Amino acid sequence: MREWAEYTLFEDESDGAVTLALKGPLRVWSIGDLDKQLEQIEHTFSRLDLTDVTDIDTSGAWVAHRFAEENGAEIVGASDRARRLIRAVSKIKESQDEAGDEPGALGAMVGEIGKRVLAFLRGTVDVIGFLGALIVSLGSLIRHPGRFRGKALVRQMQLIGADSLAIIGLMSFLVGIVIANQGADNLADFGAEALTVNLTGRISLRELGILMTAIMVAGRSGSAFAAQIGTMKLTEEIDAMRTIGVSPMEALVVPRVVAAMLMMPLLGFYAAVVAIIGGAFISAFQIDIPFFTFLSRIREVVPNHDMWVGLIKAPVFGLIIAVAGCYNGMQVRGNAEEVGLRTTQAVVTAIFMVIVLDAFFAVFFSEVGWG
Amino acid sequence: MSESQSEEFPIVVTGLKNAFGPHVVHENLDLKVRRGEIIGVVGGSGTGKSVLMRSIIGLQMPVEGNIDVLGRSITEAEPDEEIGVRSRWGVLFQGGALFSTMTVGENVEVPLRQFYPELSDDLREEIASFKVQLSGLPENAIDKYPSELSGGMKKRAGLARALALDPELLFLDEPTAGLDPIGAAAFDALTKELKETLGLTVFLITHDLDTLYEICDRVAVLADKQVIAVGTIPELLATDHPWIQEYFNGPRGRAAQSTQERTKGMDKSGQGDA
Repeated sequence: MREWAEYTLFEDESDGAVTLALKGPLRVWSIGDLDKQLEQIEHTFSRLDLTDVTDIDTSGAWVAHRFAEENGAEIVGASDRARRLIRAVSKIKESQDEAGDEPGALGAMVGEIGKRVLAFLRGTVDVIGFLGALIVSLGSLIRHPGRFRGKALVRQMQLIGADSLAIIGLMSFLVGIVIANQGADNLADFGAEALTVNLTGRISLRELGILMTAIMVAGRSGSAFAAQIGTMKLTEEIDAMRTIGVSPMEALVVPRVVAAMLMMPLLGFYAAVVAIIGGAFISAFQIDIPFFTFLSRIREVVPNHDMWVGLIKAPVFGLIIAVAGCYNGMQVRGNAEEVGLRTTQAVVTAIFMVIVLDAFFAVFFSEVGWG
Repeated sequence: MSESQSEEFPIVVTGLKNAFGPHVVHENLDLKVRRGEIIGVVGGSGTGKSVLMRSIIGLQMPVEGNIDVLGRSITEAEPDEEIGVRSRWGVLFQGGALFSTMTVGENVEVPLRQFYPELSDDLREEIASFKVQLSGLPENAIDKYPSELSGGMKKRAGLARALALDPELLFLDEPTAGLDPIGAAAFDALTKELKETLGLTVFLITHDLDTLYEICDRVAVLADKQVIAVGTIPELLATDHPWIQEYFNGPRGRAAQSTQERTKGMDKSGQGDA
């Protein structure tokens, strides 16, 4: 179906000049093999005959021109079109390869590690700077409350909070079922399945409710912050805001951070309650503790400070998630791939920091006697 | 569609209807583009110039009508179906639409890699390199990323990619919009030179009256959901459609016209000397 370009090499009978004749179409779709074959030719020749070339485009003209040039051959028999195209491509300089000395594998590895360390340090400084700018913005908003964006805040609260009730509820219900089910199974070995209530109630309010919520919010909202702000950065919307005198910090970052800090405690508490309901539900079937008995036992066995532990951690996690999302969004530069990288970065950082801080909180609260 | 007709008219649009929900953009639109011409498409904002181009290149499924490109029906083909015309056209989108994660050179190599994997790496790089220079970019632009280029350079890089396969058809969507007058004139000259050297048929959407006067062989006017007139500018001026009159005889139209006359005059005197 495809006609390939070919070549023949012969000695001209009239004057004995060695001639290389190209045949067939010299088009971008026909020269792939020809180019490779020509590379192999070791014979020298002084003429490049294009008489039998049926069709030519710039790529074909380039191959002919470059090949003639390399061998110091003269092009003969070119049609008008071929001559015009060859003239057009002959103006073009061949690009020089400026391959510098490539570092070896070890060097590249050390270099990569160095780059990452530097990027990490620079990132740390930048995040501290970002937090500082956020605090300054909050301060100036407190002094000029009229500039506060109430509508944006409510909108973000809806996106972060209200819209995620269903998924967080479902997740927490299932987590509650798993804890109670596994707890009852294992505690039954000690004849202590009644302690399932303590286990479910305390772990939900203290740790899991808030932790699972943080992970869900980081995945849902943290990523959305990074992607939204990153895209706005690419389309120069952020620059446009600055020129109009709107601070992106006040308009975009503050509402998101405040909304996340307000919604996290509510969502975390909600998640804990739903998890307890999940636990009560499965216990009614598995270990014959009636549903409402389970719930009233919770009040007796879960100390109040367990709830406070959860509620104190929640806004901190909200802050981390929102700052990670907004900061990474603001760092987007250049291209669409960067938006993806930064979004991933936002979620990974947020979840990682949440878990690290959770460990600190756990130790801290046991030390202060809220164990 | 006969072979001879597709030879003469690489693009034939018949009875095209495009609509977005209740909003009808084109109705019963007909257009024939001749081989080897630069056809300019003009029309007010929102008359569907870009939609027409998108229909012709198969990105927008029309509600009714048929579009033949190089003798193949675009409208009957499935989206993304390989019907053998994609390697024969090149498209320059308004913003360049370069792949942002690749350098300019890699962008130009994409169509080559897609259609002709048998090309050796070296040859492909050389082709990309001369296409970039053919489009009027400096040699070092080849290793730059689109985010490092100015608007005009992005357009040129987009043009280099559109020309990668030596297409028969070139679609340009507002190539000179956002360029400075010198850059725009240079782009016009480049388009004309490419058309003459490579024998391209160019479908050009523009608002730039200078471009119309300078390089377009014919102009198609979009209004009232149709192509209301196609012809050379003097032919269009002879019609009495109010929009056409206002377009070409408005202050900007007159300015472009007088520039054109002046340069033509200079050309003539130059020829006289020779």
